[in-house]
Amino acid sequence: MGPSDADRRRGRVRRGGVTEAAVDTTLEHRRGLRGASGRALFAWLRELALLPAIGVLVIVGIFSSPAFFTTSNFSNTAQGSAALGMVVVAETLILLTGSFDLSLQSIYGLAPMVGAWLVVSKDGHGLGTEWSPAVGILVALGIGAAVGLFNGVMVVKLRFNAFIFTLAMLILLAGIQQGIVSGQSVYNMPGSFVYLGSVYWLGFPLSAWVTIAVFFVAGLFLRYHRVGRAIYAIGGNLEAARAAGIKVDRIRIGVFCMAGMLGAIGGLMTAGQVLTVTANQGNNLIFTVFAAAVIGGIALEGGRGRMVGAFTGVVLLGMVNDVLVLRNTSTFWIDAVNGAIILVALALARAIGSIRA
Amino acid sequence: MSTAPGAGSGRLPEQPPAAHAEGIWKSFGRTRALEDVSLSVATGECHALVGRNGAGKSTLVGVLTGLLKPDRGTVELHGGPAPSPGDRTAWQARVACVYQRSMVVPSLSVGENIFLNRIEGAVVNWRSLRRRARQLLLDWGFDLDVDRPAGELSVEEKQIVEIARALSIGTRFLILDEPTSSLESKAIERLFERVRRMKQSGVAILYISHHLEEIYEICDRVTVLRDGMRIVTAPVAELDHDRLVGAMVGGEFLRAQQHEAEQTAEPEGEPRLRVENLTVRSPLGDAEDVSLEVSAGECVGLFGLRGSGSVAVADAVAGLLRPASGTILLNGRPLDPGKVDRAIAHGVGYVPEDRHARGFVPTLGVRENIALPIFERLSRFGLLPRSRTGTAARPLVERLQIVASGADQPVAELSGGNQQKVVVGRALASRPSLLVVVSPTVGVDVASKEALLGVIDEARLDGTAVLLVSDDLDELRICTRVLVVRRGGIVRELSTPPWDRQTLIAAAEGFGAAA
Repeated sequence: MGPSDADRRRGRVRRGGVTEAAVDTTLEHRRGLRGASGRALFAWLRELALLPAIGVLVIVGIFSSPAFFTTSNFSNTAQGSAALGMVVVAETLILLTGSFDLSLQSIYGLAPMVGAWLVVSKDGHGLGTEWSPAVGILVALGIGAAVGLFNGVMVVKLRFNAFIFTLAMLILLAGIQQGIVSGQSVYNMPGSFVYLGSVYWLGFPLSAWVTIAVFFVAGLFLRYHRVGRAIYAIGGNLEAARAAGIKVDRIRIGVFCMAGMLGAIGGLMTAGQVLTVTANQGNNLIFTVFAAAVIGGIALEGGRGRMVGAFTGVVLLGMVNDVLVLRNTSTFWIDAVNGAIILVALALARAIGSIRA
Repeated sequence: MSTAPGAGSGRLPEQPPAAHAEGIWKSFGRTRALEDVSLSVATGECHALVGRNGAGKSTLVGVLTGLLKPDRGTVELHGGPAPSPGDRTAWQARVACVYQRSMVVPSLSVGENIFLNRIEGAVVNWRSLRRRARQLLLDWGFDLDVDRPAGELSVEEKQIVEIARALSIGTRFLILDEPTSSLESKAIERLFERVRRMKQSGVAILYISHHLEEIYEICDRVTVLRDGMRIVTAPVAELDHDRLVGAMVGGEFLRAQQHEAEQTAEPEGEPRLRVENLTVRSPLGDAEDVSLEVSAGECVGLFGLRGSGSVAVADAVAGLLRPASGTILLNGRPLDPGKVDRAIAHGVGYVPEDRHARGFVPTLGVRENIALPIFERLSRFGLLPRSRTGTAARPLVERLQIVASGADQPVAELSGGNQQKVVVGRALASRPSLLVVVSPTVGVDVASKEALLGVIDEARLDGTAVLLVSDDLDELRICTRVLVVRRGGIVRELSTPPWDRQTLIAAAEGFGAAA
């Protein structure tokens, strides 16, 4: 069956008369080529829907305090947002497959807690084993991966409802985190254990560099790796992805596992930053994580959204917090203002998103 | 509320039409969907609305049901001006549309579904609700238990619930959108019976269907739309099949050009697909002890009614279902049971039955949907640049004449015919040695149907073995051999086309299976 054969056959069809439909199609095609670049442009516009809001915040910040437009403020804000960003990357990956994991916030708390607990001496409320910091970090990552894997298997293979199952896990893990240290904080961590969260590179916190790099790599992975594209396919229509031969279960569970690890890294960042692991590290974090992802354009039903968008979501929330603190907003009101701003950002993102024809 | 059926006197000349649309224009952005379209449906008339996908039928239905506001033109219902756009209650009392996809609430009972959102007072009077629902079903001759949960109902019964709901509101103008697309032949007969009964009672019906023979059977007049314009309105008796199709496709369609199987040389050697004693359990009908062979260059039709088990065989070969017993050999090697990715790697291309459920990813573009099964093959070190998927998809887009605004237009935005072409393109992307196709042209227009069947036939002539599972006799014309499936087993084999409709249907229904 050479090309000559195919040509001959096509020729035969053509002799039957070029159909109107065929002519229409070619015309549509030509028009389509021009439309394609427009579509890409709109897609970017949608991703960057939060930029105007971020711009407004910068202006408000500048007028609020002379301390706002300074390197030290930006570097502090970046450090404060780095750990959140890590968990947002994690949750975004899971959201894109059309699922979610609430217990990421407890992984973010429990993983560094157990790591530090095994490393720190009894004076610092450790267990007293005083393992090497490297082992402690590996244990933290291992806990993240293991919890993620467990959640993944239960939700994907045994079809537990993701909401109720990961909620139970959230409560359970947070309880273990409290329990092993009897509600106390672990401190006196060795320098190498807190390195990621405490060091500065080129005048900028290492944790922020790492989070930016992770966002960048995750974005490229989603766009140019076959598994990244498969994640979008699974979130868009799981059954169609399965019928196309994609290893749906394996990828979904893998994403849960990966996300658990990223959550643990986020937790280590915070531990290093505040030089202690509190018994309630991670409390309520998941709401901010979802808020950042969703105002960044990640669809809760899966299959839509990009890492760039999620990144702008993290930046926006970080700056809101920064501006509120600099304006000396009463601590009792910060949550209310935060909530209101998230609502406005959502409305704004929706308005800009809907321009896209 | 419900007037007794039979009391109506059919079409009275002095009565105003149930629905009258005059000079409707409607555009979406730069796309003109309707251009000066007028339509009148008389009381007691069944009026067919036909046209290819994208001809403007859905837009017209939107205008007639008040979901879309026309740019220009007027709609009158039952002689009075149409209600204001926001007044859903007023619209619902005048017109109802039964869509292809069911709108019943599965967790509620039949009775509750019928009176959904119309319970009087704050407290539900279960006894009266049940009584009224039962009376309504009785009045219209619908046989349905009002206490059954709607989730348990068949497609046909859900349709009845929706029709009953509309009639209970007092609606006397019904739009049926592809009502037969998921019904088996007996259910279609019963639907026609209900349509006739409603006509007699003075209900006006706008009937939308791709199946032209249905239109000749139950409709009085037909309106053809093409490219947003009304081409013709005429009594069905005055418009024969060829002229009707001609009006729909605008002269581009020549009967002689229809694809029909062209016999190739006798298949020789080992068959591509050999299925031995296959038993598959499936909610859509089991297959029991099925054996069959498909050789290169052959298109074997598996003809069976819904629930006959023919689809289960296809799903098992594609790896979507794990067979209970039996073997599936591709090119002499056994396929791993129940593993789609292995089946694709071994050379199986698959077009599933329900394109919305399994066929495509609505959020992804044409390019990626087509390349989906070959992501692994296309990627280098896991990386999958756009250019590679583009190169893989482009020839198929051209061969199938997929109309899209670009390779990245989400498939959700395409017309049904083009979506189906994407699904077929996806199956062909892996250059399969065996193509398993289930009802490839269900719900698509005449021209798309020809294009799809043409491409499948071309693949066969290129040496692909094709297994075509269908309950549509028209699709079988590209087959070189037809097996009839009934109650999970093969009951009849026909090996010389043309296929005799009577024989096929008789065998599938279980009459004359012995012959």
